[in-house]
Amino acid sequence: MTINLGSVGDRHSPAGRPVLEIDHLKVTFATDGGDVHAVKDVSLQVKAGEVLAIVGESGSGKTVTAKTILGLLPETATSGGAVLINGNNVISVSAAKLRQIRGRDVAMVFQEPSTALNPVFTVGWQIAEGIRAHAGGHGGKRVSGKEAKARAIEALRKVGIPDPEHRVNYYPHQFSGGQKQRVVIAAALALNPGLIVADEPTTALDVTVQAEILQLLRDLRDKYGTSIVLITHNMGVVADLADRVVVMYQGDVVEEAPARVLFAEPKQDYTRKLLAAVPHLGRNSASEGMTERAHQKAKILVEAKDLTIEYPGRLGTPAFKAVDGVSFTVSEGEVFGLVGESGSGKTTIGRAIAGLNRTTGGSLKVLGYEMLNLKERTFKPLRKDIGFVFQDPAASFNPQLTIGDCVAEPMIIHTSPSPAQARKRVAELLESVQLPASYAARYPHELSGGQRQRASLARALILNPKLLIADEPTSALDVSVQAKVLELFKEIQAEFGFAALFISHDLAVVDILSHWVGVLYKGKLVEQGIGSQIMGAPQHDYTKRLIASLPVPDPDEQARRREEHRALLGI
Amino acid sequence: MSATAIEPRKKSLLDRLPVSSHIRQSVGLQRTMLLIGVVLCGVFVLAAVFAPLLAPYGYSQISDDAGSFPAQAEPGGKHLLGTTVGGYDVLSRVVWGSQTALAVIVAAVVMSIFLGVFLGLVSGYFGGWLDRVLVVIADAIYAFPTLLVAIVMSIAINKGQSGFWGGILACGFAITAVFVPQYFRVIRAETIRLKAEPFVESAQVVGASSARIISRHIFSNATRTLPLIFTLNASEAILTLAGLGFLGFGIEPSSAAEWGFDLNKAMSDASSGIWWTGVFPGLAIVLTVVGLTLVGESINDLNDPRLRGRKAAGGKGSPDPAPGAQAAIEVEVRGF
Repeated sequence: MTINLGSVGDRHSPAGRPVLEIDHLKVTFATDGGDVHAVKDVSLQVKAGEVLAIVGESGSGKTVTAKTILGLLPETATSGGAVLINGNNVISVSAAKLRQIRGRDVAMVFQEPSTALNPVFTVGWQIAEGIRAHAGGHGGKRVSGKEAKARAIEALRKVGIPDPEHRVNYYPHQFSGGQKQRVVIAAALALNPGLIVADEPTTALDVTVQAEILQLLRDLRDKYGTSIVLITHNMGVVADLADRVVVMYQGDVVEEAPARVLFAEPKQDYTRKLLAAVPHLGRNSASEGMTERAHQKAKILVEAKDLTIEYPGRLGTPAFKAVDGVSFTVSEGEVFGLVGESGSGKTTIGRAIAGLNRTTGGSLKVLGYEMLNLKERTFKPLRKDIGFVFQDPAASFNPQLTIGDCVAEPMIIHTSPSPAQARKRVAELLESVQLPASYAARYPHELSGGQRQRASLARALILNPKLLIADEPTSALDVSVQAKVLELFKEIQAEFGFAALFISHDLAVVDILSHWVGVLYKGKLVEQGIGSQIMGAPQHDYTKRLIASLPVPDPDEQARRREEHRALLGI
Repeated sequence: MSATAIEPRKKSLLDRLPVSSHIRQSVGLQRTMLLIGVVLCGVFVLAAVFAPLLAPYGYSQISDDAGSFPAQAEPGGKHLLGTTVGGYDVLSRVVWGSQTALAVIVAAVVMSIFLGVFLGLVSGYFGGWLDRVLVVIADAIYAFPTLLVAIVMSIAINKGQSGFWGGILACGFAITAVFVPQYFRVIRAETIRLKAEPFVESAQVVGASSARIISRHIFSNATRTLPLIFTLNASEAILTLAGLGFLGFGIEPSSAAEWGFDLNKAMSDASSGIWWTGVFPGLAIVLTVVGLTLVGESINDLNDPRLRGRKAAGGKGSPDPAPGAQAAIEVEVRGF
């Protein structure tokens, strides 16, 4: 066996020899509160042409592990063990050597493509930057501008950007989100590294775009034999792409298995719970077996007729139509699910109902009040009948107030209770969202994400509202926590009987809660109907595409769905 | 899920006060700098508070039972730091001067904080024409040299010269006029940022009035940077006061001791080899400003996690991070 120092000639490993080998990795961060052991003891290997998924919830250490592979840890971290890339230990090599390894042997794809690209340079320049950085010096040839550009064009062609000769001179803002992620992948591929570390590469993207990026990553593996380390929390993505899966929990590897085996017969308790918590389209639907719309005889709480909401454009540009002629109703006791991708106008509708956005056309009646030309003074008395749950539980609580004060806020404003009354009601509410009453004395940062979202639900419900608007209430939460919050939401809705507008980008989540589902696309309501019928037999083309793009947490089923999806798109 | 397992941890008062919590967080060089600053400021405040006890003579005393003080006497003997041309005791003037300086800082900073914070909150939250007008005025004041504005204010308020409290208030107002735009700007920027935060929106959704949102939700979150601006401005206030005194717009020597005024009078001494009349008031100014600046800059660095130095990880005996939150997460994750 020869000692491989990662010289240019033999950097492509022979088959069977691992491209990446992590051996008893340990990472500790120094923080104000003392040491945090982010990664305790992780060992894993990635073979050539293999996709290894590292899954885990937030705080499991998966991203820290990924960053260690490229030596990207901040100064406050100390690491032990070994991370071997083609024989080089990333943890102990010099900074100069590390620079050589990055890009040439291993490259990274980041989560947010719009921030990973520098807005003031063309994408071609940014792809060529890596090529130029590795040319010249160490006896290598300098790369001329022309050649670098040619290679950048080649990289763009590889990732499926149409007309790369022309678009190599475009700036990042001229690409869509999915295309930007393709450019980021092209930059990672520029030097043909044997290994790509992809940290949540599709989390910031819409499902339909996600499906394309996953296909691209699969092609890279199949065509060029690139190994991929995929960091994700999305089990659907894992099922779609991964060959082998490592499950992490609190800095340790809990289970490691081939993807099929892991999904079919998980061995560890934690893995089983994790898989059970993942919402699965078509299972556990709230509207299962329904044949007609429920609650139709009840009073109508929200009625939108040709609702239009425009955001004023800048000088000289026309106004942007966020919501375009949408009509729907929400009756008492009904859960209306609003699904759409980013930019579809779903959040705008929710905010307009709560009086946070102004409507500009058509009619929107909330509890009988016409929201067109809304006057805060006259709408205020109605606010006690509307609860609102925000997306990010961390940001929707005033950090300076205790949970008790925050939850009591609506009550204090509308009914001015005595402190004892308020305390009693807060305790009741916390109890019904399954939080101990003693949590009222805590500050928001002392609660976990799921607990905060429960408290947020308690705040929304403290005045017994008739209508609850929940804007992506679970998308900032881990799957296991999300499952519990959804279950709680379902129970409480049944108990309190309020009507709800449930807004989400996740079809499976919407299906679990909603009786009636509306699908928004570019500001238009393209389809609405009973949840299980929409998920099972979508009518509109967009809905079909949306449902087909959603990866399900089951490798075999997902492989079948992938074929269907391709057929649908006519590839 | 166990209900009583995790008791909420109340932080001790020492951990919540601005400067003392910063001392606890800091390590190494940052800690040394902060401590030096705190000691210098401490000496300054103590000297100001106990001036009647510390100073051997009154600030305007030129004679005692033994007769008139000698003029321009060298340091030593009865007058530890010598006397000035007018026969004042330099040590006494320096000690009493700290009292004047402290009074001016407190008056100026308190006035500008109240006015600046109030205007910043209102202007940032409501926006519109009020905001635009206030921003233009603040910009206009910014455009003037600090000292010029202070001189104009001093003349306008008190015709330039006055007694102790009148002089202090005049200086205070003059400095206030200069500092209000700074507080206004900072608080306005924070308010505009906080206005878009979900917790402010969630207060709007439940129907909270604007006054309630500003006072309960925005105020406490927007004023976190105030200790920092306070310390930095305090040092600037001292310099402005000294500048005013040096130019002759300060407080008369018979009504209070003032470092800037003493420096002015010491100018002619410098060329004739009489160093003690100028050096000691000057040193007092420099050390006070250095002390306040060190505290301010250290707080600034410590407030920013990226600039804050930390002990290396892996040290022994360091407690686990925020046990409450950690345990809460564990309960949540394990218990599902």
